[in-house]
Amino acid sequence: MSTTTSRLRLYRFASPATFYPLAGKLVPWFAAVAAILAAWGLWLGMLRAPTDATQGDAYRIIFIHVPAAWMSMLLYVVMAFWAAVGWAFNARLASVVARAIAPTGAMFTFLALWTGALWGKPTWGTWWVWDARLTSELILLFLYAGYLALVSAIDDPRRADRAGALLAIVGSVNVPIIYFSVVWWNTLHQGASVSPAAAPKMAAIMLQAMLLMTLAFWAYAFAVIFVRARAIALERDNDANWAGAAVGRAHPQSEATT
Amino acid sequence: MSTTFAVLVARDLRLAARRRIDAALPIAFFTVAVSLFPLGVGPEPQTLRQIAPGVVWVAALLAAMLSVTQLYATDLADGSLEQMLLVPDARLAIAAAKAASHWLVTGLPLVVVAPVFGLMFDMSGEAIAALVASLVLGTPVLSLLGGLGAALTLGLRSGAVLLILIIVPLCIPALIFGAGAVAAVDAGQSARGHYSLLGAVVIFTAVLAPIATAAALRIATE
Amino acid sequence: MDERQTAGAPAASDAAIVVRELQCRRGDRVLFAPTSFVVAPGSIVWVRGANGQGKTTLLRTLAGLSVPAAGEIVRNGARPPLYLAHANALKDDLTVAESLRFLVQLAGSSVEAAAIDAALERLGVASRRNAFVRTLSQGQRRRVALARLAAQREPLPWLLDEPFDALDTSGVAVVADVIAEHARRGGSVVLTSHLPVPIDAPVPTVVQLHEPAMA
Repeated sequence: MSTTTSRLRLYRFASPATFYPLAGKLVPWFAAVAAILAAWGLWLGMLRAPTDATQGDAYRIIFIHVPAAWMSMLLYVVMAFWAAVGWAFNARLASVVARAIAPTGAMFTFLALWTGALWGKPTWGTWWVWDARLTSELILLFLYAGYLALVSAIDDPRRADRAGALLAIVGSVNVPIIYFSVVWWNTLHQGASVSPAAAPKMAAIMLQAMLLMTLAFWAYAFAVIFVRARAIALERDNDANWAGAAVGRAHPQSEATT
Repeated sequence: MSTTFAVLVARDLRLAARRRIDAALPIAFFTVAVSLFPLGVGPEPQTLRQIAPGVVWVAALLAAMLSVTQLYATDLADGSLEQMLLVPDARLAIAAAKAASHWLVTGLPLVVVAPVFGLMFDMSGEAIAALVASLVLGTPVLSLLGGLGAALTLGLRSGAVLLILIIVPLCIPALIFGAGAVAAVDAGQSARGHYSLLGAVVIFTAVLAPIATAAALRIATE
Repeated sequence: MDERQTAGAPAASDAAIVVRELQCRRGDRVLFAPTSFVVAPGSIVWVRGANGQGKTTLLRTLAGLSVPAAGEIVRNGARPPLYLAHANALKDDLTVAESLRFLVQLAGSSVEAAAIDAALERLGVASRRNAFVRTLSQGQRRRVALARLAAQREPLPWLLDEPFDALDTSGVAVVADVIAEHARRGGSVVLTSHLPVPIDAPVPTVVQLHEPAMA
């Protein structure tokens, strides 16, 4: 004998109705923190940190490049985590957050690649070098692009969330393998000369600046992701009472469906 | 479950035999793609010998990915997939069977045809042997990952290109170790490290990809 | 609105399928009001409703292909039901006999050539047994798909989506006979049909799907 029951709404980790106003209040704070930390970090990095002996002033792009790369990798894992939670527990808000993270993660990846190129050109003479870290970053961009393409190709939000979660989980599991294989590949083909990823020896002030920039990016990411998540949640729960109230619309017929 | 597997593979092979031209299209693509490189790069034998492993491997990868969209599409359209899914716990068997038939119909012929290109690119005998060995190990990985992609993109309009975007990054380790093995042999070095790593990738994929594909089938059809 | 078709029905524990307060969805839309019914061995349940009301989705959910939006389904018996969808599940490039054999094998039943031939004969397509499916007309293909019913002896639940569609009068009569025999053997049948169901023994129990209440 077998029983089939509905799996929907067995667990509710957070309701979009509570998330929406809360996130709305937090966004300006995160934005402010991001701006302050970024200003401080850039001031330290661009103006106060000493000029590097070998690379001159061109190395300063590292204060954007490295934090951006860290964020791109971190956000992928966080995205996969929330997507997995949304899938496993049917938690709609978790899926919404995962979808909101993806474009920001892709943006940081793109930023890391761009700044990597800007670093390489004055320092090593080429716009691009196929070293392990930059190549892995490029592959990470493909992983983000694949996720975004898949979820936008599926019309049904439920199926899109779950397919995206599966892809993100598969991607996360593969990232260490891909990175290892790229490192392997790179060490074999020792054509490339010194890689731009070889950062100059870190004075304390440089570390401080990088840390500040990382936190600034973190705060920025929170702000942007919350804004996006609010928009997605609103769009999905279009008919719900809380959505109408949120945009200041009287909705006599529909009752709350959250 | 093993009977479901056998029944499905037998049926897919029979269907491929009835449409031999269609089944041969990936090989035709592979041939054309590989032949383009000398035309684009120049006929200098030294250059060709150097790029041969990479070229053959990339072309094999693309040929496999292009042919994999059809894996589930026709069965979805005529209702056969639904009937398969009715069998209790069938998803895993379906995923494994589809990957197996894809490899038998597309992957294995690629392996058989590859030595011809080895000769056309003036590769040495050992290098050609290494190419065949690496493809024997690597093409199942492509079929397994391609099956996952096909299940994820089941019924979507965007089809093959979306599948390639999603799945190709996951194939990169196999590409690196496979082509690397041939390059190592060509340079007179031992390819044992490459083969072990490629073998590890095969085992890892063979165990996990069908599970992920089964989950993707459930997501796509529920 | 509550369709409890249980007047004189056997206890739920004997039933092949018990459906409680079931609701199905397509996309974000809930398709019908909570529906309950019991599918007893030897009975025929005729699911009726307007176009788009969710009859096909209900059958798919009973078959286990979809998850309900609400309510529950209890299935007694280990083997899955035989589900005949709108689509015939026949491959163009297989012969009629091969297609039927594949479907029967997939369902886990043993395949004897004689049984396959007898089923095709019953549905009037035995003469085309070695023809490729793509050479058959729509009606003939439907007959081949329906031949699965004639080939199946065990008293499993049958879920049939518009089984009388695309058939001429003789075809309808044959299918009605096959269904009635199945019920008499102790099997159960859930079917949808926009045409009247020409079976008197047993009389089909009607389950009507209704619009969901404004939620």
